[in-house]
Amino acid sequence: MTTETLHPPKAAAPGRPKLLKRDGAWPWLFVSPLLLGIAVFFLWPIIQTAYFSLTTWGVFGGSTFTGVANYVRLFADPQLYLALGNTLLYTGIVLLGVPLAVWFASLLNTPGLRFASFYRVLFFLPYVAMPTAIAMVWRIIFNGDFGILNYLLRGIGIQGPYWISTPGFAMVAVAIVGLWSSLGFSMIILGAGLKNIPAELYEAAELDGAKPWRQFRSVTVPLLTPSIFFVLIITIIGSFQLFDLQYAILGSPATNPVIPRSLSLVYFFYQQGFVSNDKGYAAAIAMIIFVVIGIVTLVQFRLQKKWVSND
Amino acid sequence: MTNNVAAARTSAALSDPELDPSMPAPVPPTKGQTTGRSQGSDARLRAKRRGRARHGSHAVAHVVLGVGGFIMAFPFLWQIIMSLSTNAEVQSVTPHFWPAELQWSNYATVFETLPFLDQLRTSILITVIRTVAQILLCTLAGYAFARMAFKGRAIMLALVLSILMVPSQVYLISQYQLVQGFGLLNTIVGLMLPGLFSAFGTFLMRTAFLNMPQELEEAARLDGANPFQVFWKVMLPLAKPSINVLAITTVLWSWNELLWPLVVSTNSRSMPLSAGLATLIGDKTTDYPVVMAASLLAMAPVLIMFIVLQRRVIDGLAFSGLK
Repeated sequence: MTTETLHPPKAAAPGRPKLLKRDGAWPWLFVSPLLLGIAVFFLWPIIQTAYFSLTTWGVFGGSTFTGVANYVRLFADPQLYLALGNTLLYTGIVLLGVPLAVWFASLLNTPGLRFASFYRVLFFLPYVAMPTAIAMVWRIIFNGDFGILNYLLRGIGIQGPYWISTPGFAMVAVAIVGLWSSLGFSMIILGAGLKNIPAELYEAAELDGAKPWRQFRSVTVPLLTPSIFFVLIITIIGSFQLFDLQYAILGSPATNPVIPRSLSLVYFFYQQGFVSNDKGYAAAIAMIIFVVIGIVTLVQFRLQKKWVSND
Repeated sequence: MTNNVAAARTSAALSDPELDPSMPAPVPPTKGQTTGRSQGSDARLRAKRRGRARHGSHAVAHVVLGVGGFIMAFPFLWQIIMSLSTNAEVQSVTPHFWPAELQWSNYATVFETLPFLDQLRTSILITVIRTVAQILLCTLAGYAFARMAFKGRAIMLALVLSILMVPSQVYLISQYQLVQGFGLLNTIVGLMLPGLFSAFGTFLMRTAFLNMPQELEEAARLDGANPFQVFWKVMLPLAKPSINVLAITTVLWSWNELLWPLVVSTNSRSMPLSAGLATLIGDKTTDYPVVMAASLLAMAPVLIMFIVLQRRVIDGLAFSGLK
């Protein structure tokens, strides 16, 4: 698995330390503040949401147990499939950044490259920027009338769309920003994987007369596969949780009429739970998001195990 | 950033070393050490050897990374330029690549027309308190889970780690109900409350303590120190690299997050900056340049922290993403 390549185990692994003798009440003093908070604000809410998903909420408060009614309604709701489709579209576009990240990371890891840390900072900057703050300038860049993107497109003879207020294009615009903001993170993870490829392999390839592109294809890519896979999974799971960037770029349903056609899974959840105040229905959506992400994670876990044994 | 790190946390929980002994325990990055292999003398040697042979490829790398880096930095540069322009310049169909006159007054307008200072204060308060609380609670619990024997330890640890696998939407509704029930909507306490506790932080700190040598701890015990003194005086200083990672991830997450403040604060004066800026989306009454200036000011503290700490932030985030 990835961590093996990134953090090579120490020569003599210091075995699992023996636990100290029983310490009476001390361990409880150490864990109880955290456990109390985790129980009240995380564990209980998880159970409660699972229950909420089986209830229907009245407009004026109060809820009644309605069994699987929310799920039945959800699976017949075209908005769910719209949200799922939009989320997949977003994920697909952001995933295009992974090959780009491999390319940039391998260039950035060129031995002896000057200004490498300067480049690294540039590429990582979007990842640490506040999504709502940076989205403000992207809204101007994407503006249909005076945005610089459409200005550049006009330069090559293309009439750009109203990105933020056209269904379809709105999601593409959000995904472009998503790609832009996650590229640096992928590059760092891939860069750590690249550092662990033994230099001897490149030297051997060079002796065999392999050109840089051939070296990249025959040495870098195969040895980097676990890291690439890890980045793919992280990107997919992250993309399925899309909300901040989308809300920040497209705004709320009150200000942007395109929202109902551009829902992502989490935006759909937010809209039902906190705009329409249909908390039982929103809880069911949350459970669906949970299941979808759980499936992706399990696939990752199984494939990763396979990688370790085949190593 | 929150998304990726959350995703990474999920996968981290599944590959917890205790739950799966085949996984190697992670080693936190220490000061001065880059992620993975150190770029010591062998790297320099290699560079020398290959540098001559592949001089051309450096030029290609500089061109590609230069263009890529410019595109990455462009929105920030554009934002700076727009923040110093007039509203008419921002909205002109032919872009003004440089304002006719630098409009520094836009920055003053931010403080005059927006509740910026209130929101800044809220952001700072919740971020500082959450970070301190997470460091305290997570190191304490992480230490106990790693180093102490007590009844129910395994099951409680499993419960805490199981949270890492659950996307935040699943607990959001109920957290909102709780905060509403306590009458804490639109308050600082309500804003920071669930974020004081972190399953990820506990996992991170437990891993850090698991990897520490036992001798120091035993020596301190023999000298008659009680468990808290051992923790505070001996073990906590050793955990500094992981505490840095926790601090960096918590600051970034708390400063930038949007969904929670959006649902628990409805009054723009009680919002942190992330949600406060969101209220300006599509607001036709505010000047674009002023919004740009406000956004830059809102991002500035975190961006400055990143530029000053660079390597440590990158390694810390990559590390928290990996494990």
